[in-house]
Amino acid sequence: MDYVAERWQQIAFASWQHFSLVAQCVILATVIAVALAMVCYRSERLREFANGLTAVGLTIPSFALIGLLITPLGFGVLPAVVVLTFYAILPILRNAVVGLSSVPSALVESARGIGMSRTATFFRVELPMAWPVILTGMRISSQMVMGVAAIAAYVLGPGLGGLIFSGLSRQGGANALASVVTAVIGVIVVAMILDAILALIGRLTISRGLRV
Amino acid sequence: MSSQASAEGQQNGQGAGQEVTGVPILLDGVTKQYGSKSAPAVDHLTLEIPAGSTVMFVGPSGCGKTTTMKMINRLIEPTEGSIVIDGEDVTTMNGDELRRRMGYVIQAGGLFPHMTVAANIGMVPKMLGWDKQRIASRVDELLELVSLDPGQYRDRYPKQLSGGQQQRVGVARALAADPPVLLMDEPFGAVDPITRQRLQEEMISIQQELKKTIVIVTHDIDEAVKLGDWVVVFDEGAHIQQYDSPERILSDPANDFVADFVGRGAGLKTLGLARVHEVPRMEAVVVTPEQTPAEALRQAEESGHGHVLVLDKQQRPIAWPSVEQLRRAEKLPHIHEENLPVVGTGATLEDALDTMLVSRAGAALVVGARGRFEGVVDLDTVMETLRDRRAGENQPKAPVGTNDEDITLERSPETGEITIVPSGGGAR
Ligand SMILES: Nc1ncnc2c1ncn2[C@@H]1O[C@H](COP(=O)(O)OP(=O)(O)OP(=O)(O)O)[C@@H](O)[C@H]1O
Ligand SMILES: [Mg+2]
Repeated sequence: MDYVAERWQQIAFASWQHFSLVAQCVILATVIAVALAMVCYRSERLREFANGLTAVGLTIPSFALIGLLITPLGFGVLPAVVVLTFYAILPILRNAVVGLSSVPSALVESARGIGMSRTATFFRVELPMAWPVILTGMRISSQMVMGVAAIAAYVLGPGLGGLIFSGLSRQGGANALASVVTAVIGVIVVAMILDAILALIGRLTISRGLRV
Repeated sequence: MSSQASAEGQQNGQGAGQEVTGVPILLDGVTKQYGSKSAPAVDHLTLEIPAGSTVMFVGPSGCGKTTTMKMINRLIEPTEGSIVIDGEDVTTMNGDELRRRMGYVIQAGGLFPHMTVAANIGMVPKMLGWDKQRIASRVDELLELVSLDPGQYRDRYPKQLSGGQQQRVGVARALAADPPVLLMDEPFGAVDPITRQRLQEEMISIQQELKKTIVIVTHDIDEAVKLGDWVVVFDEGAHIQQYDSPERILSDPANDFVADFVGRGAGLKTLGLARVHEVPRMEAVVVTPEQTPAEALRQAEESGHGHVLVLDKQQRPIAWPSVEQLRRAEKLPHIHEENLPVVGTGATLEDALDTMLVSRAGAALVVGARGRFEGVVDLDTVMETLRDRRAGENQPKAPVGTNDEDITLERSPETGEITIVPSGGGAR
């Protein structure tokens, strides 16, 4: 416990960085995934393509992907963001496609029938209806990407991963175990906080009409 | 292929009197072909829909009713032909703008579940840029029109409403921007028979007030003859089998197809068309509860009636005792008797006959607004009204409807009436 007390500031800073990296990547991923879903959801073939992409993408080991990105992108924040966003996109994309394509066609028809344009129909009817499912995708993504973010420290990305790697590299040395344990607990706490925030966003943004 | 014509000023709707707010619609040689190889879903349809009238599309499943309706607001684009609304060819205008000028109701209302009732109804006015105040008061006005209490229902979500209430809100939403045209695709298909009956009655009274041009798709011939000023019976490919008044569809089907579609009991169905207010009413001997049975008896004998009607101060019927009952009575009844044979002025003759046949007097009491007594109808007067209707001579000419390709439409400059001229100048 002395370990934590001594480095409190460093841990807090790393936790904040970790949180902020994941949160920003999930937001970026949401925008990209919804845009992709918007293109795909209406065509059977593109829907299948999107689902295939998600399934294959999730099987790529994150460590390998990070390693591969060092050559084109070098070390630092950029490869970390790219990898995290890539993984975050997958569950959100799958959920967004499911959510958008399960909006009843009668609703879309009645929106068009009262004179809403294609764009207005998408943003005011289809997207709000699919939003709860998309938000669930965001929660899954953020949990998944928490762990990936720790591994991103390998390319000197920000966050709690640094503590884990430095601990592991000094195995048996002073504070090595404490460093790893602290970082792991830190990741879990940060994950719970982010999940709680997303749940709160859900309460605030999902229409009561969809919950009753 | 044919001239564009408009039928403005032609008002074929029954029960004229109110100001017509609807506009005429003309489908001019309209075809819809979904695939290049398949037979057309709608085949060279020319159909006139007069301003302010209710036109019902009926026919077997897959005959092209929905396709035809959706081409009017261009949710489906015609392959060929043009749609003329109020004299304006709308085939090439912006579809979204066109649809904002038309109400559209689908089965079960098609309400947006994530929006409140008020937001659903206010959607079109919002798109048209109305201010908040105006939208709010319009929403309340419409909720009242469809018999929902604004205070209670305005802020509810669709899931918190019954099927019939959702359907009412769907109608209110369609009427929000006061469009001259209302299109409804099987609007009452998803509710139970009793609710359907009520919604139909409401639709009739709303239409009597608003006089829109309404097109309703249904596969229920009873609903078609009940709600329509005109009924189109379609076969496969939207081929018109008959386009006529409900009376003539029932009493004079154009061919076996229509006769089969109408089914048995067509004569009885005409009872559902006529309403009590069309039947001449007879007087009754009227007394107040304060009078004595002896006085009532004397009045009855003077006028030769077998029954005496007791009315309260608001002119509402209390009881309708016969002369024999009066002889035995000590005083006249003060308490409203249940099961009096009472019918409203808007009730159908079917309802009226039903009431009469179980009434001891063999007649029914007609009541108007707030239950006020208006007169008596009996079997003879009802039969007479029916005979007059069956004759049907003073009915207006049916609007134009054909699938013939080789025609030209001509519009009379004076009356606006549209007539068909076979092209080739009578060579056929
Ligand atoms: N989007 C479409 N693509 C291909 N064919 C279609 C499409 N929509 C309708 N059809 C075909 O066009 C014909 C007419 O369909 P439509 O929906 O207009 O029938 P309907 O009279 O409304 O039938 P119902 O009473 O069952 O609703 C049918 O044969 C149908 O299979
Ligand atoms: Mg249909």
